Amino acid sequence: MYNFEYRRAQSVAEAAKLIKEADDGKILAGGMTLIPTLKQRLAQPSDLIDIGKIAELKGISVSGKTLTIKAMTRHFDVHSSPEVKKAIPALAVLAGGIGDPSVRHRGTIGGSTANADPAADYPAGIVGLGATIETNKRKIAADDFFTGLFETALEPGELIIAVHFPIPDKAGYLKFAHLASGYATCGVMVSKTGNQVRVGVTGAGPNAFRVPEMEAALAKTFTPDAIANIKYPADELLSDMHASAEYRAHLVTVIAKRAVAAALA
Amino acid sequence: MGQYGIGQPIRRKEDARLLTGNGRYTDDVNLDGQVYVYFLRSPYAHAKINAIDTTDALAAPGVIAIYTSADIIADGVKPIPCEANAKSLKGVPLFKPPRHALAFERVRYAGEPVAMIIAESVNAGKDASELIQIDYEELPAIADTSRLADADAPLVWDTLGSNVGLHWETQESAVSEAIFKSAHKTVELKLLNNRLVGNPMEPRCAVSEHDPKTGRTTLYAPSQGGRRVINAIAKEILNVPPQSLRMISLDTGGGFGIRSKTYPELVLMVWAARKQTRPLKWRADRGETFVSDVHGRDQSTKASAAFDKDGKLLAVRNETIVNVGAYLSENGAILAMMGGGKIMGTAYDVPVLYFSVKSCFSNTVPTDTYRGAGRPEVNFIMERLMELGAQAFGISSIEMRKRNFIREFPYKTQMGCLIDSGDFPGTLDMTLDKGDYAGFEKRKAESKARGKLRGIGIGYYVEGAGGRPVEEMRVRFEKDGKVKIFAGTFSHGQGHDTVYSQLLNEYLGVDASKVELIQGDSDTSPKGAVGTFGSRSSMMGGVAIKRASEAIVEKGKKIAGHLMQTEPSKVTFKEGVFHGGTSSVTLEVVARAAQDPSKLPEGMEGPLDESYYYERQGESQNFPNGCHLIEAEVDPDTGTVEIVKFTAIDDCGTVLNPLIVDGQVLGGIAQGIGQALVENTIFDNETGQLLTASFMDYGMPRASDFPMIGIHFNSVPSPTNDLGVKGAGEAGACGAPPALVHAALDALKEYGIRHIDMPLTPEKVWRAIQAAKSGKAA
Repeated sequence: MYNFEYRRAQSVAEAAKLIKEADDGKILAGGMTLIPTLKQRLAQPSDLIDIGKIAELKGISVSGKTLTIKAMTRHFDVHSSPEVKKAIPALAVLAGGIGDPSVRHRGTIGGSTANADPAADYPAGIVGLGATIETNKRKIAADDFFTGLFETALEPGELIIAVHFPIPDKAGYLKFAHLASGYATCGVMVSKTGNQVRVGVTGAGPNAFRVPEMEAALAKTFTPDAIANIKYPADELLSDMHASAEYRAHLVTVIAKRAVAAALA
Repeated sequence: MGQYGIGQPIRRKEDARLLTGNGRYTDDVNLDGQVYVYFLRSPYAHAKINAIDTTDALAAPGVIAIYTSADIIADGVKPIPCEANAKSLKGVPLFKPPRHALAFERVRYAGEPVAMIIAESVNAGKDASELIQIDYEELPAIADTSRLADADAPLVWDTLGSNVGLHWETQESAVSEAIFKSAHKTVELKLLNNRLVGNPMEPRCAVSEHDPKTGRTTLYAPSQGGRRVINAIAKEILNVPPQSLRMISLDTGGGFGIRSKTYPELVLMVWAARKQTRPLKWRADRGETFVSDVHGRDQSTKASAAFDKDGKLLAVRNETIVNVGAYLSENGAILAMMGGGKIMGTAYDVPVLYFSVKSCFSNTVPTDTYRGAGRPEVNFIMERLMELGAQAFGISSIEMRKRNFIREFPYKTQMGCLIDSGDFPGTLDMTLDKGDYAGFEKRKAESKARGKLRGIGIGYYVEGAGGRPVEEMRVRFEKDGKVKIFAGTFSHGQGHDTVYSQLLNEYLGVDASKVELIQGDSDTSPKGAVGTFGSRSSMMGGVAIKRASEAIVEKGKKIAGHLMQTEPSKVTFKEGVFHGGTSSVTLEVVARAAQDPSKLPEGMEGPLDESYYYERQGESQNFPNGCHLIEAEVDPDTGTVEIVKFTAIDDCGTVLNPLIVDGQVLGGIAQGIGQALVENTIFDNETGQLLTASFMDYGMPRASDFPMIGIHFNSVPSPTNDLGVKGAGEAGACGAPPALVHAALDALKEYGIRHIDMPLTPEKVWRAIQAAKSGKAA
């Protein structure tokens, strides 16, 4: 890696200040994407601002019908949290399927969300559950957050503080993992709250997205068969050596059906 | 058979050390004052090098030296030789282009080393590499194996005029063509045997040091036995006396054939150490390891079989293009036929064989031996032909094989191998029994109820084990009571420490705790050391240990006779004790006496120290064989193939240690399934870039991909070596791929899918199903 200045922030305010002062600073959360990128010399930031020791960024809590996970909470902690398992078991399942044990003990929900990898699991959870992203400046609705390939609504210097998940009546998450990386070739979070249904898809497109046609069908009849004949258009999806857009489009239907089945299980 | 002798399931002596982090690998070597090497590699698969300017890089902080091909050539460093030799029917020899350790005038694959940078730190070396100005002129590249021999293919070597470095054939093609015309039935298949990246857990690594006082250079690097490597570097590349170089291989984290090569980086580490005053260290990361280790497999084949009216083979035709990469590594050009491929015909009586191999260059990483090395490829071909033959005749896969099995031994194959022993029908029957073949339909129905398609598939294989026909081992009793084995072989995961101790226990009654395996140092390894590859260590090293032990006993009898005042010819030896008349003396006492000249017979010198240079006679390789039976479930919605039942019956002759052979079989199976299911080496066909050069993109088999595997043996001891052993290391890689592919195709039977190339990735399987549904079956 190239040399950089390492700075450890003690508070969100300090992190925001440091990133603002840096020429080309990067926030270091769990580092699961950033560190390999640096090691391969694919990025050359002037400063790394480590937010790993900021106490106000850690923790899981439930208040009313909302589950709040602070940004620096590790995947393992989400996966094994009794609160999460009780409130949104599908989210615990999602976190438990990210990477491998060492990734799950380092990687964080805030880091994964801000990075917006097209094949990461959390974006499906955020979109499929209709979460709200709280930053040090504002609150951003899930539908407005993921804007493109590795692109989000976050502005320079804006830090994720927490992700607030409304607790659904039921939800299910399933991913079709790539054989090598374990990333989602297609991952779907389906949730049902009252007669509102959300279908959030990751891995298939440049960023996580919803499938309104499936949501409408599931709102009427919440069964896998209700969406069996709904096809997602392939021309909006990613196509690479790991999976063609056509195959991904097919998987959106198959995995969404299975996510519904998981929600009903 | 004693409690610690041959055949006992002794736990591995080396495991406690290796599993508790006490192994010592090359990267653990840090020498005083060492500096760091970084290799700048070609970003292009094919380009002309117009100029290299290192001026700015040399001025960068911490840079000590930068070398390019101009430096090594000016210093008289010779290209890396290729020992392989072969000729076409017309006598045209294999084209051997020069391979300089650093790219000369052109780069021919992405990842080829172009410059060697020596710096105070790895980072300083990398920084400097970015300042090296290279004027590349990109040229058209070719990677696609099936296109290499085409007339319009871009040329890797202009002077050759095509990419075909050798067209080798067993005989004139016309002989078998006539048989095919009059045959009752024929089947034909085109297939690709996918390229594999070996990926030992340990990445590439080397440390080197020159001692100006002694004039000797020491190279530390993982290997599979370094004597051959260092001798080639001394004699054929650097032109220095062999004794001026020393190679030490410490613990080695996986070899698989690919770590046995004379790599450019090793040549450079030795050469540069002799130019520098400080020791050098190089360690590749995983991405660099992907492009600096040789790759395996990569063949495109058209095969056909002709049968008589009873379904008996009349002839087999096989035309293979093997992608050797940009340069010739050791055996890359010949492994398809004279290397592993020599067992073509495998378990079946093939009266006429036409076997043609075109060894072709491409703009890719060179290919060479990798677990199986030619044998998995021909086994896959023969098994596919058997399966298609069964379909053509409407008979079962089992019946087809039984009609064609070799049943009498020794059997001389069309490739000239003398298969010494085996029980092919018996092994198949045992597999069907242990794998509950009879209960398959019931399990299939259960799977169906869960929406899964279940299939069953057989992979019968024959392996040819042994590699080079010589090996030397030395057994020496030390003053402190220890018994040292100086090995020509090199254990890099195989458990030699344990098995060789069992042999000494068996033949000399020595306690395993007293045995110490000394290996991997060219200074102490026997002169005739060859190494470990080709499933040869038991059959070569093991036999040499047995015979060295016999020499110890012979000498011991003379000493014991002298001590007991008995005629040596009347002394007997049993379980560590010499007996003469009513007296007896232990080998331990005799060994101690052998250290003391006053206790030795007139004219004899101590200690007990015997080497045996074992030279295998004639055709006496051996032929491990076996049958793998896989049941797989296919998810028709996603194309995912999951192994749900796996039974392996192997005949690897006498089993010296069943725990270790189980491990060998499992490892081979894991790599075989890796090839069949997940390992997908993808080059960009336009640019020749390796797109799958990381574990994020290149799938490796995981423990969770396997059910419990039932491993059993149907041992037929080999009559061609003292121990009766046959190789065990490469079996799984031969049997598992055809069994898996057959299980998947059987599961997809209702769609009438004839063939899917490995690896059977979900999308490939899904596409085959879609094509079949729309009437365009593969």
